[in-house]
Formats: sequence, structure tokens, C-alpha cells
Amino acid sequence: MAKNKNDLQQYQVRKTKGWVNVLISIFLAIWAIINLYPLYWMFTFALKDNKQILDTNKFGLPEGAPNKWFWSNFKEAMNTGPIGRFFLNSVIITFATIVITTLAAMMASYAITRIRWRASEMMNRIFMLGITIPIQASIIPVYLVVSKLKLINTPIALIVPYSAFSLAMALLICNGFMIQIPKELDEAAYIDGCGRGKVFFSVILPLMKPAVATTAIYTFLQCWNELMFAQTFLTGEDYMTLPAGMAQLFGSHTTEWGPIGAALVIATMPTIVFYILFSRRIQDSFIAGAVKG
Amino acid sequence: MKSKKYDGVTIFLFLLPALLLFVGILIAPMASSAINSFYQYKGFGQKTWLGWDNYKRLFDKDFPAYIQFKDSVVHALLLAAFSVFIQLPLALGLALLLGRGIKGERFFLSVNFLPVLISTVVIGQLWLKIFDPRGLLNSLLRLVGYLKEGDDNIQWLAEGQGKLLYSCFIPMLWQYVGYHMLLMYAGVKSVPTELREAAKIDGATDWQVDRFVVIPSMKQIVKVSVIFAVTGSLKSYDLIRIIAMNLSTKDASVPSTILMDYMTLRGEYGVASAVAVLLILLCFFFAILISTIFKERD
Repeated sequence: MAKNKNDLQQYQVRKTKGWVNVLISIFLAIWAIINLYPLYWMFTFALKDNKQILDTNKFGLPEGAPNKWFWSNFKEAMNTGPIGRFFLNSVIITFATIVITTLAAMMASYAITRIRWRASEMMNRIFMLGITIPIQASIIPVYLVVSKLKLINTPIALIVPYSAFSLAMALLICNGFMIQIPKELDEAAYIDGCGRGKVFFSVILPLMKPAVATTAIYTFLQCWNELMFAQTFLTGEDYMTLPAGMAQLFGSHTTEWGPIGAALVIATMPTIVFYILFSRRIQDSFIAGAVKG
Repeated sequence: MKSKKYDGVTIFLFLLPALLLFVGILIAPMASSAINSFYQYKGFGQKTWLGWDNYKRLFDKDFPAYIQFKDSVVHALLLAAFSVFIQLPLALGLALLLGRGIKGERFFLSVNFLPVLISTVVIGQLWLKIFDPRGLLNSLLRLVGYLKEGDDNIQWLAEGQGKLLYSCFIPMLWQYVGYHMLLMYAGVKSVPTELREAAKIDGATDWQVDRFVVIPSMKQIVKVSVIFAVTGSLKSYDLIRIIAMNLSTKDASVPSTILMDYMTLRGEYGVASAVAVLLILLCFFFAILISTIFKERD
């Protein structure tokens, strides 16, 4: 009897002990707090005055009922500079970059993975160097050319370099997706009399929809935060991106913390709302890129 | 069947947009930087041939500390070391734990990835306020009793006290743990469930499954993470620019701050190009080094 019991145990999946699970949960909870608390603190100090932030109420919610909170900070923040405009500029520039990068990468990926030619593998490797090349590599020559062409302070001055530097990663992801599309589809289309162009646009592109989301998220991550090119190439507020514009706003020191917090909240809110709505898709697309790459 | 010549044209047309971007913005400027790095050049007018002078200047001890190239590389490599030995293990740990299918998996994943999406400038400003002498960190230290009643506030952002560099590192590490975590989580999840279950039926604990089944299959993704972390550290700029508040910081100088100092403040494009060239070489060197180390582990 005892022997049988032993045998049975050997085939039972060993569960992690209860206290270990508790420890894991505590660790994860602490890490989640480390991630969230600074953001929570930002949201709360945006609604306080200096006395609360620095002295009487450092950690908690703003004092009093919500109508007593310092909503005026937001009004003041809006007056310091066109934060909404900066955000919109960033969205436009990032979106244009995503469109250009994705299209260029899809086309190149088609030529590299679906047409047989001798140097295709080599071509791919050369493009892949782009993953390692830092964006700093070209700032000086691009700056000189851009200023000669009188394109300083235009969105194009950012969109083109951003697209170029996002290209390698996008191509890597597109290749991963495109290899999985069966070759028979192309061949069937050729037999039906389609040319390469037709096959690309009406057979391949529709099947690459999942890749679009993935390249978009990686491209977004590469240009949304970019500060160096943005600060160098944009001089006026009209086209400034969020990073460049916000950096300029905070260049002029304000002693009141509340409006600064409010400005940070205004700049962050749309991203957070978007993330809450699409977090699963964003994560899944990101994960797809990691696996394909 | 289509002729070879026709295909050649098609291939070229399909590659054209990517090639234009790649050659126009990456290759040609890199070549131009390499050439400019041997000249004295103010961005306009005559170029004067200097040979290696621009490079020598970067290592010349007579120049101020904040433009000493060697120091800036040491700072960047220190950041890389922190990233590889603290940030990545943390990311791997989180990825493995969440990959086991713990309760609230998606919630933790979302929360940990959130800082990645927030603008670096916002994060920089937020951490400036956290590190402010009267800011959150010192307040928390008082709350837990590390700072006593009469103690002075700690100057986290002051130059010359050896803390500024770390005050720049912490937000960087904090922001991108989630990025690496999600990359690695993808690796964890790509291990077939049957493999996991088979190992567990054989009596392996969760730790053993992670150690002997999951981690070995993640080599490729860990390699990518390490390359991103190291080259990312070498080219770091945004957060340092914001936290250190100006380019002339000797405590937190990195190659990019020196590059921008020479380019935008001094208008010395030759020396700035030399920094760019060295930065590219460093990035390639470390990317190849890391790939080789991972290959040898096979």
C-alpha cells in the first residue's frame, strides 16, 4: 500500500509551496508599487500647492474635498506653453514616421524574402547594421544638409531621420512575419497572371496586417521620446514635439511645483488613456515582434 | 516565366524607399562624419585638414573635465554594467514569474510596461522632483527614519558629490525594466506548454522548470536584451540631459553630451564628428563582442 502511494506521488506535479507563492506575490506587488507610486505622486502633486507638496501633505491625496483641490494649476500649466500643440505635433510626426517606416520595410522585406536573388541575404545583413548604429551617428551631417535646404524647424527634418533609424527594426519584424506566409500563395497569383506589384499589394499586404501593429509599436517607442534631434532641428514652438517642447518649458524655472505637475499630467494623460484602452493589443504586438525578431 | 532583367528592376523598385532612407540618412552621413572628423570645420566656409588632432583633443587632459571623452565612456559603461547586472536580472525574474501564469499576470504586465510608454521628458521632470532636496525621496527617508530630525536633506542632484550620475541612472533603469521584461516574457511564453508540463510531470519544481527548460531556450532574446541595454547605455542622452540639467556636467558626462556640447555650444563640427565616429565604433564593438560571447556559450 505504502509503495503504491509513493509511486503515485512520483507522477504528481509538484506544487510550489504556499509561502513561496506569498513571497512572489509580495515581490510583484512591491514592484508594481515602485512603478505606480511615482506616477500617483505626480497626479496628486499636480493638485496641491507648495505648502502641501513640501510640508504638510507630502504623500497623500490633495487636502479637502475635490472642489478644494488646486485645479488652477492646470489652468496655469496651459498658460505656460502650448502643451496640447506639442502633443499633437508628436502624434503627427510619430504617425508619419510609422507610415513611412512600415511601407518602406514591407516593400524591402518583400524583395528580400519573397523574390529569389543572389545578394538578398547580404542586403538584409547590411540593413540590419542599422539596429546597432546610434542616431547620433548622423546628427551633424544631417543637420548641415537640413539647414542648407532650409528645412530647419519643419516636421520633415524629424520624420525622415526617424524613419531611417526605425527602418532596421521594422524590417527585422516584417521579415519574421513575411517568411511565414506560404510561398504557394504567390505562385498561385503568378499563374493567374499577376505581376510582382499586384501580388505585393493585393496578396501579401492584406496578410501582413498583424505586422503593422507590431512595427508601429516598435517605431513609436523609438521616436516618441527622441530628444536630441528634436531639440536640435526644431527652434520654434509651432512644430515642437512633446519632449523638445516640454524640455523648453521647464528650462524657465518655476518655483511653484503644482503647475509643473499639472503640465506633466497633461502631457501624459493621453498616453495613459490610450494604453489603458489598448494595453493588451500593445503588449501582444510588442511580444510578437520579440518572438519574430 | 518572367525574365531575369525584369526581376532586377522590380527588386530595385521594392528596395528603393528603404535604400534611400538607409543610404541617405545612415551610410552617407556616417561617411561624411568620418571625413569631417579629420578637419577643423565650423559648419560653413573652409575646412582645414587636422589629421588626428580632433581625436587627440578628446583625450587631452588640459581640456575641462566635462568634455573628457574617457570619463564619458567610463560613465556610459558603468550605466551599461548597472543595466546588465541589475536591470536585466530584475526583468528576467519578473518575466519568469509572470510567465508561470500567476494570478493577475496581465495586470502586472501592464503596470510594469507603463513607464516605457511615458515620455522621457516627463519621467525626467518627475524624477527631478523626486530627487529635489525637499522632494519625495528625502521625505520618504525621513518617514522611515533614515534621516533624523536635525539631519540635512541629501543633495541627490548636486555636482561634485558623486551622486548625480546615479540619480541619472535610476530613472533610466526604472523606465526600461518593463521593456526588457516584456521582451523576455515573450521568450518565456514561446516555450511550448507541453514541454513545461512534461518537465513538471517528471517532478521538476517551478524553479527547475525555469532554470533547465525556460532559460536555455531564451538565449536569443537575452542576447538581444543585452545588446540593447549596452548600446542603449552608450548612446544614452535624454534623461541625462534632463536630470543633470545642462550639457556641461562632469559628473554625468556621456559621449552624447560631449557630442552635443561640441556641436551646439561650440560649433566645432570636426571634434563633434570625432565623437560620433568613436561612438559608432564603440556600439559596433560591443554588439559584436556580446554576440561572440553568446555564440561561445553554445
